[in-house]
Amino acid sequence: MPANSATLATLTARFGSLPTSEFRGQTRVVVARDQLLGVMRLLRDELRFDLLVDVTCVDYLTYRDAANRFGLAYLLASTDTNERLTIRVLLNEPNLTVPSMVGLWKGADWLEREVFDMFGIFFDGHPDLRRILMPEEFTAFPLRKDYPLQGRGERHNFPVLTRNEA
Amino acid sequence: MSIAPSISERTQASEKDYLWTLNFGPQHPATHTTLRIVLKLDGERVVDAIPDIGYLHSGFEKIGEKLDYNQYVTVTDRMNYISPMANNVAWHHAVETLLGIELTPRCKYVRTIVAELARISDHLLCTGAMGLDTGAFTFFLYAFYQREVIYDIFEALCGARFTNSYTRVGGVMHDVTATTVEKIRRFVKTFPATLDDMERLLNRNRIFVDRTKDVGVLTKDDATNRSATGPIARASGVSRDLRKDEPYLAYADLDFQVCCATAGDCFARYYVRMAEMRESLRIVAQAVENIPAGPINVGVDERTTLPPKSQVYQTIEGTITHFELVMLNRGFTVPSEESYAAIEAPNGELGFYLVGDGSNIAYRARCRPPSFIHFALFPDLIRGHTLSDVVAVLGSLNIIAAELDR
Repeated sequence: MPANSATLATLTARFGSLPTSEFRGQTRVVVARDQLLGVMRLLRDELRFDLLVDVTCVDYLTYRDAANRFGLAYLLASTDTNERLTIRVLLNEPNLTVPSMVGLWKGADWLEREVFDMFGIFFDGHPDLRRILMPEEFTAFPLRKDYPLQGRGERHNFPVLTRNEA
Repeated sequence: MSIAPSISERTQASEKDYLWTLNFGPQHPATHTTLRIVLKLDGERVVDAIPDIGYLHSGFEKIGEKLDYNQYVTVTDRMNYISPMANNVAWHHAVETLLGIELTPRCKYVRTIVAELARISDHLLCTGAMGLDTGAFTFFLYAFYQREVIYDIFEALCGARFTNSYTRVGGVMHDVTATTVEKIRRFVKTFPATLDDMERLLNRNRIFVDRTKDVGVLTKDDATNRSATGPIARASGVSRDLRKDEPYLAYADLDFQVCCATAGDCFARYYVRMAEMRESLRIVAQAVENIPAGPINVGVDERTTLPPKSQVYQTIEGTITHFELVMLNRGFTVPSEESYAAIEAPNGELGFYLVGDGSNIAYRARCRPPSFIHFALFPDLIRGHTLSDVVAVLGSLNIIAAELDR
């Protein structure tokens, strides 16, 4: 279900006009980085978006006509009203830090760790921002568009262990 | 000079000493798949659990940026491999949302049937394996036999038993035949008896109930706050079910109920799954008798679905459509837009966040994996319970490592 107009009106009343678009019945609101925490708090506490469905990121490096490098997407839903709303935050290098949502939704913990692991976005205030899927020694961010899909891999970064050493 | 340390020294020393660390996995029969948990134990009591995942990470999302909308369905088979049909349906549901394709009524019904059969087979394995881990071996055999029957149905339907890759953009691989319908009818008729047997085996089984009641309790608020969905949230009293709340496919036409419990423990999760199987069976029974006539795929003229092979070889329109769709510079008309679409998969909300860039390959194919989100609950659920409860909690969460790590 798309976000209803009252939700958007409340957001606009509190934070001024935010760039909003709709596609296939899904409402997206682009929020500036410094407003993010305030917007999310309002959505959770007053507009009853109690479920953080997903946190993900898109690297627009090779996307046609893209003005920004990264676009974070927070997919929210309400278990009460079944509304859904997508909050976008656009980021550019070198400042890739956004406030963490773990204080509002504990479910953000691993989701943000995955975004950090795959894209190198830093979440300020995250209690345990470590790599989650890739090994700890890994240096690159594999889902960025400048990371190749094919190649020799990362094996040269890891020590060779023989049976006796292992 | 005193030999015994002072009390404060003793507690400090004991904090370091008496906890011991147990490495659970990555290869352990009760993890079922490749995941690792580092457990901090006080005797048999789990003080802390630190999950360490990524052993099965195979870059599915990166591969999604290289395979086209029809090819990627083979990768989704390998995500939650105990119910691949549901993943197929989820993937193409998301693709069709992005492309704006409206399915034919027949296709909607067929996809509903396969998605519900997938739910039954997923729940069978999940509850079966949970029984197996807590000592109920017979239960597992009953469950697995019925999974075989569902494999047979899928084999009759699309030729593959396990990795089905059944759906296509705008349709499915093969239409249902009379043989398949007959097999499904027989399953609908025979399965309730087995389900009764299974419930009689475990529902009041003292060992099983003792091992699962009040173990790994997830409260309702916590469930929502921690993004839990599906049977795990419903066992805690969250009534959210996308089949009811955002009806997709043919669910709006069918009569079924959402199964909930309030306890939120391992037994409630088991119980909700058992109840959901009955409801799924009701959906299958209704849908299979009411499959609408008509074409199963969106028309060939619209250039969205791969035509059947007979049409490709015998008609010029079929040949042209086939070539248009498989050639990289032609293909589907995809908007430069982003959309998210999810289905109620057996494990919870399985959604795909797709970014289209005009070509017939997704620019970004993000999967919202329920296993990943549910495994994050694990440390909190197990804290304070015993080592033997680890397998019960793990079993009740139904963690599939291939989906967890993708």
